[in-house]
Amino acid sequence: MTSLAFSLLFALAIAGYVWNLMAARSIRQSGARMHSLSGFHGMYSFLLAVVPVMVLILVWQVLKGPVIDRMVLGGLPPGTLDGVNAGAVQLILSEIKSLAGGRTFGTPEDWKIEAAERLVGLRQTAAYSLVGLVAVVAGGLVLFARLRVGAEFRARHRVERIVSGLMIFCASVAIFVTLGIAGSLMFETYRFFERVPLTEFLFGLNWEPQIPLREDQIAAEGAFGWIPVFLGTIVITVVALFIAIPVGLLSGIYLNEFAPRRMRAVAKPILEILAGVPTVVYGFFAILTVAPAIRSAGAALGIDIAPNTALAAGSVMGIMLIPFISSFADDALSAVPQALRDGALGLGATRAEMMTTVLFPAAIPGIVGGILLAVSRAIGETMIVVMAAGLIAKMTINPLDSVTTVTVQIVTLLIGDTSFDNPKTLAAFALGMMLFLVTLVINVFALRIVRKYREAYD
Amino acid sequence: MYDNPLTKRTAVTHEVKISARGVNVFYGENRAIKDVDVDIEDKTVTAFIGPSGCGKSTFLRCLNRMNDTIDICSVKGLITLDGEDIYAPSIDPVQLRAKVGMVFQKPNPFPKSIYDNVGYGPKIHGMAQSRADLDEIVERALRRAALWEEVKDRLSSPGTGLSGGQQQRLCIARAVATEPEVLLMDEPCSALDPIATAQVEELIDELREQYSVVIVTHSMQQAARVSQKTAFFHLGHLVEFGETGQIFTNPHDPRTESYITGRIG
Amino acid sequence: MTDIAAGPRRLSSTETVRAGLGRRKRHQIMLQGLGLAAISFAFLMLATLVGSLVMTGHKAFTQTHITLDVYVDPAEIPAAGLPRGGFRDVMTAALAERIPGVESRAELRALGAILSNGAQFMLRDRIVADPSLIGQTITMRVPVSDPYDQLKKGLIDRETPEAFRRVKDQEIAWFDTLMAQGAITEPFNWALFRNADSRFPELAGLKGALIGSAWALLVCFLISFPLGIGAAIYLEEFAPKNRVSDLIEVNINNLAAVPSVVFGLLALAVFLGWFGMQRSAPFVGGLTLALMTMPTIIIATRAALKAVPPSIREAALGVGASRHQVVFGHVLPLAMPGILTGTIIGLAQALGETAPLLLIGMNAFITSAPSTPFDSATALPTQIFIWADSPERGFVSRTSAAILVLLTFLVVMNALAIFLRNRFERKW
Repeated sequence: MTSLAFSLLFALAIAGYVWNLMAARSIRQSGARMHSLSGFHGMYSFLLAVVPVMVLILVWQVLKGPVIDRMVLGGLPPGTLDGVNAGAVQLILSEIKSLAGGRTFGTPEDWKIEAAERLVGLRQTAAYSLVGLVAVVAGGLVLFARLRVGAEFRARHRVERIVSGLMIFCASVAIFVTLGIAGSLMFETYRFFERVPLTEFLFGLNWEPQIPLREDQIAAEGAFGWIPVFLGTIVITVVALFIAIPVGLLSGIYLNEFAPRRMRAVAKPILEILAGVPTVVYGFFAILTVAPAIRSAGAALGIDIAPNTALAAGSVMGIMLIPFISSFADDALSAVPQALRDGALGLGATRAEMMTTVLFPAAIPGIVGGILLAVSRAIGETMIVVMAAGLIAKMTINPLDSVTTVTVQIVTLLIGDTSFDNPKTLAAFALGMMLFLVTLVINVFALRIVRKYREAYD
Repeated sequence: MYDNPLTKRTAVTHEVKISARGVNVFYGENRAIKDVDVDIEDKTVTAFIGPSGCGKSTFLRCLNRMNDTIDICSVKGLITLDGEDIYAPSIDPVQLRAKVGMVFQKPNPFPKSIYDNVGYGPKIHGMAQSRADLDEIVERALRRAALWEEVKDRLSSPGTGLSGGQQQRLCIARAVATEPEVLLMDEPCSALDPIATAQVEELIDELREQYSVVIVTHSMQQAARVSQKTAFFHLGHLVEFGETGQIFTNPHDPRTESYITGRIG
Repeated sequence: MTDIAAGPRRLSSTETVRAGLGRRKRHQIMLQGLGLAAISFAFLMLATLVGSLVMTGHKAFTQTHITLDVYVDPAEIPAAGLPRGGFRDVMTAALAERIPGVESRAELRALGAILSNGAQFMLRDRIVADPSLIGQTITMRVPVSDPYDQLKKGLIDRETPEAFRRVKDQEIAWFDTLMAQGAITEPFNWALFRNADSRFPELAGLKGALIGSAWALLVCFLISFPLGIGAAIYLEEFAPKNRVSDLIEVNINNLAAVPSVVFGLLALAVFLGWFGMQRSAPFVGGLTLALMTMPTIIIATRAALKAVPPSIREAALGVGASRHQVVFGHVLPLAMPGILTGTIIGLAQALGETAPLLLIGMNAFITSAPSTPFDSATALPTQIFIWADSPERGFVSRTSAAILVLLTFLVVMNALAIFLRNRFERKW
């Protein structure tokens, strides 16, 4: 039915376009001087109908479900829901819905069947009234637009104003998304802190989010101290940077100054490929190749290495970050003016001396910004660690040991479980909030440095 | 120096410092310099003049092998410094550039302190044994560039904070700090205002006492003011080379005359 | 100035320079060597990555099949009972025909395990489609089960002691007999593209994931492309330079750097939690990916618009066009190749994105391909994640194969972007 509403809307809007176009043409043919071209009159009708009605349909779609649910529940025989908790109400509702969908399990009570029939009826009514509403509103708007066609009417200004409005809406979506992220995270995090004290989360040294299945189980309380999880994230990030920074910087330097032209032409696209490999692929690479290699190397040296060692996840993450850092270094070095290169060479510096004593120091702000962005990526990177790092939070900084990270915990706590009322799921949002805040601070800082640096040499 | 009319300048000949024979420069297929022969004397200011794109800067950059940094550029022919072929495989451009300093069109101080700018060359070449040594070198270079009095109280402030003329003199100080024997200047005043230009020109005249100075300029007046020898380049050819006075008052080649009188370029 | 001239001219300076030359040359070579080593390391890693994937993955592109003459026994499969019937027993019997001397039930069951669990359903489908086959003998080529596929491909070491091996000596002997009879073939594994997911590696395919990814990308494109272009045009061409525009700009740059898992949390809380959208649906996945792709498209579009020289704008404004007419009639068409390039690159990123899809449940076990964007589905990267997590040996090579398929798509998309850039990009 929704698609019918959409088709009807577009049919009406196109009809309005043609109608206005014809009207404007006939006025023009009668010799009047029009303010706007006929096409703009047509466009005016089209946009005037499409934009508000589209919003109407979307709002309707969002509100339809909850409103119908409420009406169905409200229509149940009085007293049915007395003393039933929220979860059970949801259960009843979904049972009614599956009855309405024609799937019967066992023998449902009569009132449920009745409610299901009412639900079907309501849904039909809703669909018909949506189509009717669209027809009336869109038709009215098209008629209104037709009435305004005239020599004096500034259709072009109107059209441009509507288009500008649409564009402003597009631009503000970015703000809505940020607000949406911040808002949803804050909301769920707030609910988490209603159950778990803030201090325990921020300063607790234990992370054991297991919630018992039965109330009488031992260890009925999970522990929600995020410090060990964060520590694990840091350990893996440090391992990653330990590989990515030297390799990335040196390759950036080499490509920028020393690589023969032909090698540069080959190497840059290859690094781009390395940068475009999805992280789930790196994750599989870590468990398929790198972790076994590290373990057998450890065995050969007589060192005991945990199966999910931070070294494996960290080093693969480092490989992922190499092209990121190298392209940042290359760009930052290229931004240093040619005059400085000439100056150093003209004084008799070798190319290596020019690089280390003039270009590199001059490019440091840009490079630091790039490294900070890489840090924020490493902290927020998910798939590699989900696949290759551990699940148990440990207070350790030993990279040979198995550690867990913030992102691993978010994913494992949320996979396959979306009831939003236990601390376990809410804890994931609290971790997400911390992740968002930490990366946000680093990003803002890094982007500012990079921007300042670009301005300095532009 | 200005009270010495062009025609009356005495033609003192010094020993030849740099000599070029049959020099051709190619940018890929394109021949930018065609069969240039020239002798540049010690303790003399030699000016290269000519219309834009005539190859004067290209030729200048051959003299300390700055063209080596451009992949597609190749130099044919013989250029000698004190009789030694500077393109010989045994010669390292690094060593050559320590001997043949260069000052560029736009002042290009490094984003470092004034002190570190001037001390840069001596430091990389290992010329200073101690900090005191380096202090002395820096002071001497800054004095020689007539900048010492202006900056002696703020040696640790960044070189990029100086005015345009000061920056260019800083670059000259940076170049002379490595004790070069030849100083190449590629339109050193083109980015400067007239007052700064006058200061730099005065400095060039003083530098002549110790160095062989080669200056590329698009300003004939400047060439006339500062140089003893002038070379006129046109379309990659060295058209005429001689005493500055003679070139400006009595050119032998009609092309030189056209340029000097403003008909070409 | 006399004091300068009096300063001692260091005639030794040339010698000083020469003395240090060797050391400085060595430093230069060292730095160059380090750089070369670094870049070689990066290449080596890429080569190892691709190499290990190809090594393990190429085997999944073929699948061992067995050809059997199946007597469709009416006693086991009565026409009246369709679609029920003893299909498995009929298939096992056909197999036993080829191996004489297998009598006991236990042995028969072990022998039947050579066939894939899907073999009986292939027979069933064929007979349901044409019941007249009952009572006849038909030739069927069906996949063998995973352990025998591995055995054929040499992934099971026959030297391993029997106790540690997944196929016993007796079973290997049977299989070798079948090989000798020429019943075993290893054709291209079409099932990899024709089937959806399955618990049995020999039947598992990518169809569901490919279609799920296609729906998600389509939704992602339909939302992020207009939004991104609209936002970019506004910011680049119309927005007044004030604090609000600055705020939006900072916002977009930050959004581009927000970890992807956070977008998953947003989708989980808002799309699934508040709006009650369908879990595991490619539509929700596409919506989430659109939010992540939008900043990329905005940034690319702005760069493309910036590259159109102001002279074009001035020329059009000069003949009396309005700013809207200039932008939509002249600037936007000229910027389109750049915009498309950026969009394709953004979509390629979206195709490989995994974490947010996991959080909205696109890692469910779903054995049929979605027919609309609102059906439950997996996507290519989440399918890789599921298979990588599966314990069966056969999924290792299938994971690699799925990754190779994903990488092929990415390479094609990026190549298309590069082609567009080179073909249509103008230098002003």
